[in-house]
Amino acid sequence: MRNKAPRVRVRAALRVWQRNATVYKRTWKLNILPNFFEPFLYLLGMGLGLGAYITEMEGMPYINFIAPGLLISSIMWGATLETTYNVFVKMNFDRIYDGILSTPINPKDLALGELFWGATRGTIYGSAFLSILFLFGMGLHWGILLIFPMIFIIGFMFATIGLLFTSMIKEIELFNYFFTLFLTPLFLFSGIFFPLSQLPQAVQIIAWFTPLYHGVELSRGIFNQVWGVELLGHFAWIIGLTLLNTLVVLRAIHKRLYN
Amino acid sequence: MGNEFFSFCEFGLSWFMENSTPIITAQKLSKTYGSLKAVNAINFEILPGTCYGFLGPNGAGKTTVMRMIYCVTPLTSGRLTVNGENVMENMSAVKRGIGVVTQDDSLDYDLNVINNLLVYARYYDLTREQAVRRADELIEFFQLEEKRGENVRTLSGGMKRRLQIARALINKPSILILDEPSTGLDPQARHHVWSKCHELIEQGVTLLLTTHYMDEAEQLCDKIAVMDRGHIITEASPWDLIKSEVSPYVVEIRGDEAARNKILKAVVDQIDFHEALSDRLLLYTADAIPLHAHIQDMDIPVKTLLSRRSSLEDVFLKLTGRELID
Repeated sequence: MRNKAPRVRVRAALRVWQRNATVYKRTWKLNILPNFFEPFLYLLGMGLGLGAYITEMEGMPYINFIAPGLLISSIMWGATLETTYNVFVKMNFDRIYDGILSTPINPKDLALGELFWGATRGTIYGSAFLSILFLFGMGLHWGILLIFPMIFIIGFMFATIGLLFTSMIKEIELFNYFFTLFLTPLFLFSGIFFPLSQLPQAVQIIAWFTPLYHGVELSRGIFNQVWGVELLGHFAWIIGLTLLNTLVVLRAIHKRLYN
Repeated sequence: MGNEFFSFCEFGLSWFMENSTPIITAQKLSKTYGSLKAVNAINFEILPGTCYGFLGPNGAGKTTVMRMIYCVTPLTSGRLTVNGENVMENMSAVKRGIGVVTQDDSLDYDLNVINNLLVYARYYDLTREQAVRRADELIEFFQLEEKRGENVRTLSGGMKRRLQIARALINKPSILILDEPSTGLDPQARHHVWSKCHELIEQGVTLLLTTHYMDEAEQLCDKIAVMDRGHIITEASPWDLIKSEVSPYVVEIRGDEAARNKILKAVVDQIDFHEALSDRLLLYTADAIPLHAHIQDMDIPVKTLLSRRSSLEDVFLKLTGRELID
């Protein structure tokens, strides 16, 4: 018997977001510290360490080359960790969703709330990272203001990707595949550490279809104030994937939790 | 004068109608998982302000029925209305009027006691003031004052169950669903939960529970549906079930099979009927005292000989030929 899946409601989704925020508020001081150490270590190790050998990349100091991309990858890790492991535990072990779904909150509302929260966690990661970059004197210009909405949107995009994977799996161990076979290659081959133009054309084409690449290019453009129509292209790609994936993942979670 | 009388009648009629219109109606309600018919075309009606119980062994379909009522499982076929709303059309409206206590504890272990209530209140869009007032009332009603700021982990089993019931009541639902409310609780905690349930019924809440404990069903329910393998086998008040399906008393005998058979042969014309189980013999009778004395006088060695009132468990055994506890 088919029924109309109820429409997703932003207000109900925000209730779920609020629940996560209430939990986070309790431990945020403990939670947030590593978000500052991580960029620091990356910049020291890769930027200054590796940078001692690679003095220049595409006409800029190596540390300046990698920083905008690392910022985006930190959003990626933050948002996907939230909508993979954390959502899986709430859904299957802690039975948090059993409690939530017996209230007027429906599965699609719940999914959207988790996406908002994943984007929020991504934003927290990204903002911490950005603040360290500012300390290193990078990105100190007015154009950088554009990066803030981008951080949230890119966080949202990665939240949808993580949640989609979570909606498909039944065993928590399968996340290892997601992280090692999907996110790690993205991390390494999306132009964060070296320009993709050096790689064969086939790799460049593959890269175009991956989400991190567009985020990295967008971020680097904003940091270096290279304003061009390509930036709009990357932005459109990100918005397109995010919208499409949101529709898919809301349906997937509805199917998973209403059966 | 005539007019007043008429409107008085009308008031009486509407009161009567309101209290006799079912709050939950199921027609040919079915749920299929693959080839398994978990719930098979069942019908039932639940009147407001009563306690209705689904009784049956694990796998009978009780929990599936509950899940369809509170809209976390879609129907395969049939029709189910709750508070006048079709569960397949208006999920949120249906859920707004129901409080749910799931079988497995679904409390939020990332939050303390009071925040479990306050965060839950948000899901119903209660304002902060409403939520705080209601949470305080519930904490008092369920005697959890001392645990107010504590982590849920530190609560005993009985307290957790009480908190779960409190949480289910945060939006003042007209229907409270309890899926095996006293499973896993010690006797004292069970009685506490039951007494709270009685208070809720008095306040006009409609209670809907599943259980495989006979004493629980007898204690709480106005009406019971006995379920087995997706069907409702029978539906009546606990006492009517016992009266109509079995005799008022049972004499229960444990001992070796030869001894049991010998006794059965000797008394078979003095009893209403019997059940011969793998480990014991049940003799149903209207009057246990003479039968008990008679068996004692026979001087056949048995392990135990006891007389007791018949229970719903006996009803279940009679109806399905199987023991309820599995």
